[in-house]
Amino acid sequence: MNLRSFAAALAVTVALPFGAANATDLEVTHWWTSGGEAAAVAELAKAFDATGNHWVDGAIAGAGSTARPIMVSRLTGGDPMGATQFNHGRQAEELVEAGLMRDLTDVATKENWKDIIRPASLLDSCTIDGKIYCAPVNIHSWQWLWLSNAAFKKAGVDVPKNWDEFVAAAPALEKAGIVPLAVGGQAWQSAGAFDVLIVALAGKDTFLKVFGDKDEEVAAGPEIAKVFKAADDARRMSKGTNVQDWNQATNMVITGKAGGQIMGDWAQGEFQLAGQKAGVDYTCLPGLGVNEVIATGGDAFYFPVLKDEEKSKAQEVLASTLLNPATQVAFNLKKGSLPVRGDVDLAAANDCMKKGLDILAKGNVIQWTDQLLSADSQKQKEDLFSEFFANPSMTPEEAQKRFADIIASAD
Amino acid sequence: MAGHTRGSGRPNQWLRNLNAKLASIPMILTAVVIFLGGTIWTVVYSFTNSKLLPRLSFVGLDQYERLWAAPRWLMSVQNLAIYGLLSLIFSLAIGFLLAALMDQKIRFENTFRTIMLYPFALSFIVTGLVWQWLLNPEYGIQSVVRSLGWTSFAFDPLYNANIVIYGILIAALWQGTGLVMCLMLAGLRGIDEDIWKAARVDGIPMWKTYVFVIIPMMRGVFITTLVIIASGIVKVYDLVVAQTSGGPGIASEVPAKYVYDYMFQAQNLGQGFAASTMMLITVAIIIVPWAYLEFGGGRKRA
Amino acid sequence: MPEIAAFNAIAAGIEPEAEKVQARATLAGPRGRKPRRALSGRNIMVYGTLIVVALYYLLPLYVMVMTSLKGMPEIRLGNIFAPPLEITFEPWVKAWSSACTGLNCDGLSRGFWNSVRITVPSTLVSIAIASINGYALANWRFKGADLFFTILIVGAFIPYQVMIYPIVIVLREIGLYGSLTGLIIVHTIFGMPILTLLFRNYFAGLPEELFKAARVDGAGFWTIYFRIMLPMSMPIFVVAMILQVTGIWNDFLFGVVFTRPEYYPMTVQLNNIVNSVQGVKEYNVNMAATILTGAVPLFVYFVSGRLFVRGIAAGAVKG
Repeated sequence: MNLRSFAAALAVTVALPFGAANATDLEVTHWWTSGGEAAAVAELAKAFDATGNHWVDGAIAGAGSTARPIMVSRLTGGDPMGATQFNHGRQAEELVEAGLMRDLTDVATKENWKDIIRPASLLDSCTIDGKIYCAPVNIHSWQWLWLSNAAFKKAGVDVPKNWDEFVAAAPALEKAGIVPLAVGGQAWQSAGAFDVLIVALAGKDTFLKVFGDKDEEVAAGPEIAKVFKAADDARRMSKGTNVQDWNQATNMVITGKAGGQIMGDWAQGEFQLAGQKAGVDYTCLPGLGVNEVIATGGDAFYFPVLKDEEKSKAQEVLASTLLNPATQVAFNLKKGSLPVRGDVDLAAANDCMKKGLDILAKGNVIQWTDQLLSADSQKQKEDLFSEFFANPSMTPEEAQKRFADIIASAD
Repeated sequence: MAGHTRGSGRPNQWLRNLNAKLASIPMILTAVVIFLGGTIWTVVYSFTNSKLLPRLSFVGLDQYERLWAAPRWLMSVQNLAIYGLLSLIFSLAIGFLLAALMDQKIRFENTFRTIMLYPFALSFIVTGLVWQWLLNPEYGIQSVVRSLGWTSFAFDPLYNANIVIYGILIAALWQGTGLVMCLMLAGLRGIDEDIWKAARVDGIPMWKTYVFVIIPMMRGVFITTLVIIASGIVKVYDLVVAQTSGGPGIASEVPAKYVYDYMFQAQNLGQGFAASTMMLITVAIIIVPWAYLEFGGGRKRA
Repeated sequence: MPEIAAFNAIAAGIEPEAEKVQARATLAGPRGRKPRRALSGRNIMVYGTLIVVALYYLLPLYVMVMTSLKGMPEIRLGNIFAPPLEITFEPWVKAWSSACTGLNCDGLSRGFWNSVRITVPSTLVSIAIASINGYALANWRFKGADLFFTILIVGAFIPYQVMIYPIVIVLREIGLYGSLTGLIIVHTIFGMPILTLLFRNYFAGLPEELFKAARVDGAGFWTIYFRIMLPMSMPIFVVAMILQVTGIWNDFLFGVVFTRPEYYPMTVQLNNIVNSVQGVKEYNVNMAATILTGAVPLFVYFVSGRLFVRGIAAGAVKG
């Protein structure tokens, strides 16, 4: 017996522990490219490869400006990828309606997604005309206020426990030469912060009336006027931020140059990397400490319709792999997001993540604006809020009027 | 065979200049199929409410009405006018001066040229970030000057809505003048040595030779450069994204950014195409008559 | 050299005749001036200006290099001009060979050969086609040529993202969508307006006598192009090459929109390293990756600079 061929045969067996006859390559495009994100993707790929298929990675940074032209080009060019990350909810509607995306209802029924995915609204975002078209993989929430303990110590005030205390502490922070609220210059940051203020200050119902029902009277009404007043405070407090990227703004909080920042749970990675500890060096207030609700934005995978039967089968395998409990834990720990199933154990999560999990368990969740509004309305909102936050001469009343107009024409 | 039949009375007009025609087939195809065809395609779809995918559901002039009612678009157009004019003047002037200096038979020409060109080679995603830092009041140039003792010095162009477009201009000139210099230098190198000799014999001062003899001779190069700079200005996008993403607020928005943002981020192809159609109409109104005079009116030979 | 005496102060710097002739004779050789005049006022002005200008150009590069040699904790201190307290080359190594973009943790090196495979043919094809266009337009004008050319020039002003979807449709119809050939065609198309203009205007500026003399000698379209136009136009070919190599090497969008992952150029990795929105940003790796990616066009600039000589042979022909 030839030793070398024996070794080769052995290697093959080791490589294919499930004994799959033929590995199918499936190209997966996504925009998780930073270090931590890449590590998270690697978990997904590992799990998929373990089923005897092969994950061909097509990572491209840049969600909006890059992912969309690529997807649309590949689909219309007749060369679709095997699977692709996309924001679930409104943004993918059209691809589904055009018959370009695959119906996953069979897989979902077989694997019982209806019962295991929590909150149920996640699956609703994937459902169009009663059919399921995407597999949600994680939950990212925007509703966090990150505070620098050192900054408040320097200013001689207690670390606030909610938004009102934070606003009250702003003069002391300013006196100490600290920017109270860091808001980066990119439009999505100010628009996101405003949405967070709506949920926290005007409550869940108002939020849903404005963005869910597109009720322009509520948008022009007193509840939202209150939020615009708060946004006016936020605008004053953010003066002097002078950075663009969200992580530069987070860095101001880390270094104590800024008191706080309204940013999604992904900001946590920055604190961790800087060696800071939740509760000791920084404080996180979900729902701005007012209204402990978190929105269930997040990521999902869509599967284009393919002609190749082998690949179609591999798509099904991938869809079920993504929701596998072990994959969910491994992926979300690396990604810093929350799993989409309630039956998994996240013992390794840190304090802020645990707060998020608690809120999730209590069911204090809402759909996020990505799921409620079209990308077009979202963009118009971004344009408005970036202008509002940068231009002190724009009154809250004026901004609210434009806001109501956007809601009135929203679809 | 060469298509240089002299007589215009030859029976077969199509065979005249045949090689030139054959050689121009790729150009003709590109012009007609891609640029003309593609433009007509986008103009047609600008009258639809296409969102993520192009769809022929016509909505008349809705997209254009919305476009001209959008504060961001109006601001973009205004910014482009200011930025465009300044960028054009400074690029041409600086580029030509540098080329003239480089043409003085200097040592290390290759090194100087590469130094001036390198910004052109680097991806602006990151060099834009570096300019963001340099122009940042807390850790850029302002803080250095202040630490030298001039404590009232203020230089924060990217964070002041009134002057932000000039901050972008600084980085734009840094990135683009090297190429203009190169084009001008190539033009200068195409000038016959004898011209300089003759000017010298006649005792004409050097600057006069440049202004009255050399620059008129470089007409073709100037036109090329003008078109390159102008097309770059109209399409300016990544410079703005990398430095301010259009901010503060909407103070540094530009039309091309409006087009891309609405096409891809907002998933509103119709709106993006409407904006690009407006850009194209403006360009065509300026270019077509000029191009007709410039290229159509016979060979530009003395 | 009696004419020198007639010169005023500004013109005093123009070289003596002998030196010019010599410079032309040696073409690419060293063309420095004679040492005895190294400290003339004019020299101080020329070199002084160039050095000041060079400093303006180099300042951002200085910041980039310094940042790329620092560790992240030092960068967070925010002193961008300070040299690194502790030099580390790790960001460079990481950018080249181990930065992860999604699943593939082999840095920029992954896409390097793809970039070469895209850039070399795209540059050559686009320059060849455009220079022939320019030549035909300048010297062999046919009816209607100017109309097509005008369309091309207007095309140079179209924001090219607008054209993505129609081009996808065209490529699909001719069966080239997703292939390397398709991408080369796209680069040729988008390079064509500016390059054709560049060559047309340059060729039109060459002395017509050359062309006429060749015609009298019976030379045809291709002979004149290869024997006369090409050798006389080195500087403009270099400019065209600078434009194309830079544009194509740095292109990212076309590379991902018109091909598949196996052809993704290096800029996809660069973009992935520097452009992640919600992840942690490693500025030192970003800077190193940018400089590494820019190294190829820079190398081309430097090497091709040798061709940037006074290419015109008019005097020789006339004399």
